[in-house]
Amino acid sequence: MNHLETAQPQAEAIITVTNLVKQFGRFAALRGVSASFTSARLYGILGDNGAGKTTLLRMLAGLVTPTRGSLTILGSNDPRKICREFGYMAHPSLLYDEMSGMENLRYFAHLYGLQDDKRCAEIIASVGLDPELARPVGQYSQGMRQRMSLARALLNDPKVLLLDEPFSNVDIRSAREMVKLLGHMRDGGKTIFVVTHQASLLDGTANEFIWMDSGQIINRTPDLKFMETA
Amino acid sequence: MRKAFPILGILTAIFLSYGLYLAMVVAPREQTMGDVQRIFYYHVPSAWTAFLLFFINFIASIQYLVRRNPVSDKVANWTIITLAVVCCIGSVVAAVVPDLKAALPQGTEPSAIGTTGVIIAIAYFVIRKYFNLEAVDALAVTTAEVGVVFCTVVLVTGPLWARPVWGIWWTWDVRLTSTLVLWLIYVSYLILRRFSSSGQTPVMAAALAVFGALDVPLVYFSIWIFRTQHPQPVIGGGGSIDPRMMHVLLMNWLAFLCFAYLVCWSRYRLEIIKREVEEAQALESLLEPRSVAR
Amino acid sequence: MSAPPGVTFETLKKDIRLEWRSKDAINSMLFFALLVVVVFSFSFDPNAEESRLIAGGLIWVAFLFASVVALNQTWARELRNQVLDAYRVSPAPANSLFLAKAVGNFIFVTVLEALMVPLFVVFYKLRVLGPGWQLVPVAVLGTWAIVVNGTFFAAMSLRTRSREIMLPLLLFPITIPALISTVEATTTILVGDPTTSAKFWIVLLATYDVMFTIACLALFETVLHAE
Repeated sequence: MNHLETAQPQAEAIITVTNLVKQFGRFAALRGVSASFTSARLYGILGDNGAGKTTLLRMLAGLVTPTRGSLTILGSNDPRKICREFGYMAHPSLLYDEMSGMENLRYFAHLYGLQDDKRCAEIIASVGLDPELARPVGQYSQGMRQRMSLARALLNDPKVLLLDEPFSNVDIRSAREMVKLLGHMRDGGKTIFVVTHQASLLDGTANEFIWMDSGQIINRTPDLKFMETA
Repeated sequence: MRKAFPILGILTAIFLSYGLYLAMVVAPREQTMGDVQRIFYYHVPSAWTAFLLFFINFIASIQYLVRRNPVSDKVANWTIITLAVVCCIGSVVAAVVPDLKAALPQGTEPSAIGTTGVIIAIAYFVIRKYFNLEAVDALAVTTAEVGVVFCTVVLVTGPLWARPVWGIWWTWDVRLTSTLVLWLIYVSYLILRRFSSSGQTPVMAAALAVFGALDVPLVYFSIWIFRTQHPQPVIGGGGSIDPRMMHVLLMNWLAFLCFAYLVCWSRYRLEIIKREVEEAQALESLLEPRSVAR
Repeated sequence: MSAPPGVTFETLKKDIRLEWRSKDAINSMLFFALLVVVVFSFSFDPNAEESRLIAGGLIWVAFLFASVVALNQTWARELRNQVLDAYRVSPAPANSLFLAKAVGNFIFVTVLEALMVPLFVVFYKLRVLGPGWQLVPVAVLGTWAIVVNGTFFAAMSLRTRSREIMLPLLLFPITIPALISTVEATTTILVGDPTTSAKFWIVLLATYDVMFTIACLALFETVLHAE
């Protein structure tokens, strides 16, 4: 079990996972993951299919409970208790296809106790979409859909963002704009985790890359120069 | 228990044979129904055994739901204790207040209320002491499966008895209908267990068992009202029973209970071993390095 | 802090809006309800007096079958695009989602019933001989009985194989007391025998509704967050 810290001894860890194990029947998705993560950083989580990246992210979001091990996120052992502080985005859009972007956001804002239309409009604009667009989300292009999905994750102004494959099937231009936006948010104090297969997009913006394989973290590097050894 | 199994097995065989002998030869011939009535000595003990097993399943299901969380666990413990105390008080009140005593169903003593409450509490805490959370779920599966078997016996022997005696295979009376619904609920319970994926199976099955337990009294009550509005002869007869028949009945019930215990014990062991194997396999896959080609 | 009733109401509004926009679902459901009535009518062709005795049973069985199709549908929407995950990570309480779904289903099934009842009246030449107003509490309580458990079990079946068949398998045994009560109450009211009264049945239905609504609310969170 690896436990690698990067050289930032002063910064306080806001997320700590200890020996996380997740088994789905006989398949072990996570095999003892231990790590700490500090705030105001953008982490890229990389690895092959089946490495456990999505499982780790879903565990941080409280959608999956660990078989063994513990996690502390923003001072709490149960992600569901601090769910106001994080935003989650996955590869499926987590949006209703038959409603427009604004209608979707308005509904999800209600779930967080927010009734501010202006805020929804601002967030939609901040991801580069038109708040007035009445087209249902199901008719968006993939790039627009991913951006709207990101907007939903930003609704409650979360301290931590958990993004699972936000750039997949998105055109290069939109993807680059999203990365720029994420960088801004990180500079503004948010902690961002991005699971992706397109590591090159994050090169230069991410603070750290976390390499996973077979359910474990095998390395943490500040750049993409690490080549996986067999 | 492993060592005791063969001994208990032999004892059970003896009891069952003795029970068969009593039922077929020794028990007196029933006046109106004749020899067909002897099926009663298999029908009734099966029913009592099935109900006992389903009752244990209900307790196990509740425990599985409440024991995952320390707060709800404590609340449940105190609720059960309170229930037992209330039942005892209820017994005393019913015995002392004549109107209440008259309101009780025919043949029920006031002490029955208290006894029921205390028995439920004892069963709850005994199960709690000897079964941890995992084991309680294994207990739930076991009792559900064996209970369904015995319930099937009840539902098959019932019509076999009714047809020659009363001329009909089936009637919608309180007991038969409630038993049928109980059977349906537990068959759906077993199907749910089979069709859901392993992570949340115990929780959902436990929830279904709780729903079932709430349902059966309502079924009983609704048929009871139905029958008061549309009266029909009660199958299986009510009323008192010849003490010699009672002796045979109880003997057979003892034999059935021993048999049920053996079957449950075997099934429970099988379930526990199956889970241990799965856990060992899971642990193995956890530790071994994963090959590159997947 | 969003009050739970707010979340329930918003979710209900959202569901109604979505249902309205994908009208194909409603249309096929309505047509299915119509077909059920027609098929039953072909199978039984009683005279007016006989029909009063059996119509109660036929109508409620027809409602039950039509409801099952509708109930499966409403949760299916939450599975598309995994939207249910978005609800689970939000602070919104699980019970608000349950109530919103249950009330939405109730409205939907009531619409189906409103379509099916006139058809039954026509095909079976029904006339109510007893206190007709009592049919209203019977309909309301009976529909809620089917819908509240149906919504709960439909959510449970989401995580099982053969999702569509699991719902009726789980639901039918549990709804038997409610079915008995509604059928008996309806028959009593239709036949209008002055010596019998539907009041016992209505009280039993109300008891059933209260008990199972509480049970569903108590256990829904567990079911929602099961993986």
